[in-house]
Amino acid sequence: MAAKPSDSPPVGRDPFSDTRREFDAPASLPGEEHGDVREETMLINMGPQHPSTHGVLRMVLELDGESVVSCRPVVGYLHTGIEKNTEWRTWQQGIAFVTRMDYLAPFFNEMAYCTAVERLLGIEVPPRARVLRVMLCELNRIASHLVALATLSLELGAISVMLYGFREREVILDIFEMASGLRMNHAYMRIGGLAMDLPDGATDRVRSFLNLMPGRIDEYEDLLSQNPIWLERNRGVGVVPKETLLALGATGPILRAAGVPYDVRRDDPYGGYEDYEFDVVTRTAGDCYARYEVRIEEMRQSLLIVEQCLERLPEGDVKVDDPKVRFPGHLSVGPDGIGNDPRYLAHIMEESMEALINHFKLVTQGIRVPAGEVYQAVESPRGELGYYVVSDGGNRPYRVRVRDPSFVNLQSLPAMVEGGLVADVIACVGSMDPVMGGVDR
Amino acid sequence: MDVQALAHRLRDRFPDVIVVRDEVTVVVDAEEVVAALSWLRDEPDLVLVWLADLSATDWPDREPRFWVAYHLFSFQHGHRVRVKAGLASEEPRIATVTGVFPAANWLEREVFDFYGVVFEGHPDLRRIIMPDDWEGYPLRKDYSLGGVGTQYKGAFIPPVDERSV
Repeated sequence: MAAKPSDSPPVGRDPFSDTRREFDAPASLPGEEHGDVREETMLINMGPQHPSTHGVLRMVLELDGESVVSCRPVVGYLHTGIEKNTEWRTWQQGIAFVTRMDYLAPFFNEMAYCTAVERLLGIEVPPRARVLRVMLCELNRIASHLVALATLSLELGAISVMLYGFREREVILDIFEMASGLRMNHAYMRIGGLAMDLPDGATDRVRSFLNLMPGRIDEYEDLLSQNPIWLERNRGVGVVPKETLLALGATGPILRAAGVPYDVRRDDPYGGYEDYEFDVVTRTAGDCYARYEVRIEEMRQSLLIVEQCLERLPEGDVKVDDPKVRFPGHLSVGPDGIGNDPRYLAHIMEESMEALINHFKLVTQGIRVPAGEVYQAVESPRGELGYYVVSDGGNRPYRVRVRDPSFVNLQSLPAMVEGGLVADVIACVGSMDPVMGGVDR
Repeated sequence: MDVQALAHRLRDRFPDVIVVRDEVTVVVDAEEVVAALSWLRDEPDLVLVWLADLSATDWPDREPRFWVAYHLFSFQHGHRVRVKAGLASEEPRIATVTGVFPAANWLEREVFDFYGVVFEGHPDLRRIIMPDDWEGYPLRKDYSLGGVGTQYKGAFIPPVDERSV
């Protein structure tokens, strides 16, 4: 379509008079004068460096004007060889690797890995550790959904929600820092329990968070749920029928928003989830708005689970009893941070040679895990996170295969996006919430 | 269906069914994989309609060397089955299951990328994580880990299996 020359400039000084040149619109496009109109689609690269693609996701889009004709996601820009690295480290060291894959939901990676190894070993974690693991995972789910909400809002233009979401996430990260010393990628869980117990005051912090959060979630809903622009950008966008999603292996909020109530915590429970009361949140519309609603409601359900965890938190040890498995050491907070408690150091250095040898062997050589294989699935904020762990009986994992939900969910991105507008690509990617650390590992 | 009942049901069709740690594993020949997965998906009392994961493991000291594992799940019954097939070391090839489970598309690309297993009939078999022109198959056990050259006085950090510390 030919652009029309602008109307005559307003009266007065024309700021562009020095540099202005006459815009001479062609009378017809090349080819038009002969009566045939050439149409070409445009091949545009979106990413990997892009503020709205949730990390280093590259999408090769074929565009016809604003419409997406085809979309090919290209991944692998964040690949760091974690699966190969785990094959060359001890079982214990694997936790620090594995926690860094899906970096917005590190506790789920740790939970799945530790649970898988504990199944191979045939051990049970103590009850206090079990409840604390669930509590930490659910707090992590809230934090991850807050990031999903905040980044989706930022990408669609609701910038305030970005700030509010991250403000609440800071409260959760403070709790994590209190427990483990780190805000992210904690490596706090151990094979057989947790690294150390919660400090005094942690449960009070969690309780005050539980009082704070419901009002804040209501605030997000006030800002977004009936917002006309939010509705326009999300209603009816990115709809994929649930049969397609199931066939493509998608899980998590995108599947539940399409009406399939699959939640690993309910259908294949682990870690004690069968004893907690919570709803599996589903919607039927299957569009970006439904996924937003599912995440908001899941945050509320996670708050309920955290409340139940606090109520039933038993006393006791947080590490398994078995001396061949229990990671040695007794951590406490000293003047220079978290380290081994001075009384424990006195014990191994001055009192007991056997304890010193045990500590040394378990830390340097690691534990031995019986040969076998296990598939452990957990419900991460993005869907089914599955760990297929193979052991050959040694002190190093033989294979740690991570079935990351974002990787499989991204397969359904073309189905969501093709036929829509470029702007809807942003909404679809944001509502799918892929974390490239998990996709690429 | 509980694990023992499930294994019992599967033994009608497959000779090699193992139950360990509350998990059922079926070992099939590579030629039968598509038929086996189709049967598991379509059998009305099993309803294993969902592919959770498709991956491979490299056992270089064994023959067959590459073991591809398919993890199936049933929403209705909540049970899981693992199907494994072994592939030879030279030219590992197996039929694609994207016709049975479209979710296998990217999963098979990843196995091809990291192990070099060729999935015959796959609509788009190319590398997915590694760059397109990468040579070698990184997750194979004989793929070197590689050291890291540094700028510090020409030091070289050896790969993990060669470090003395």
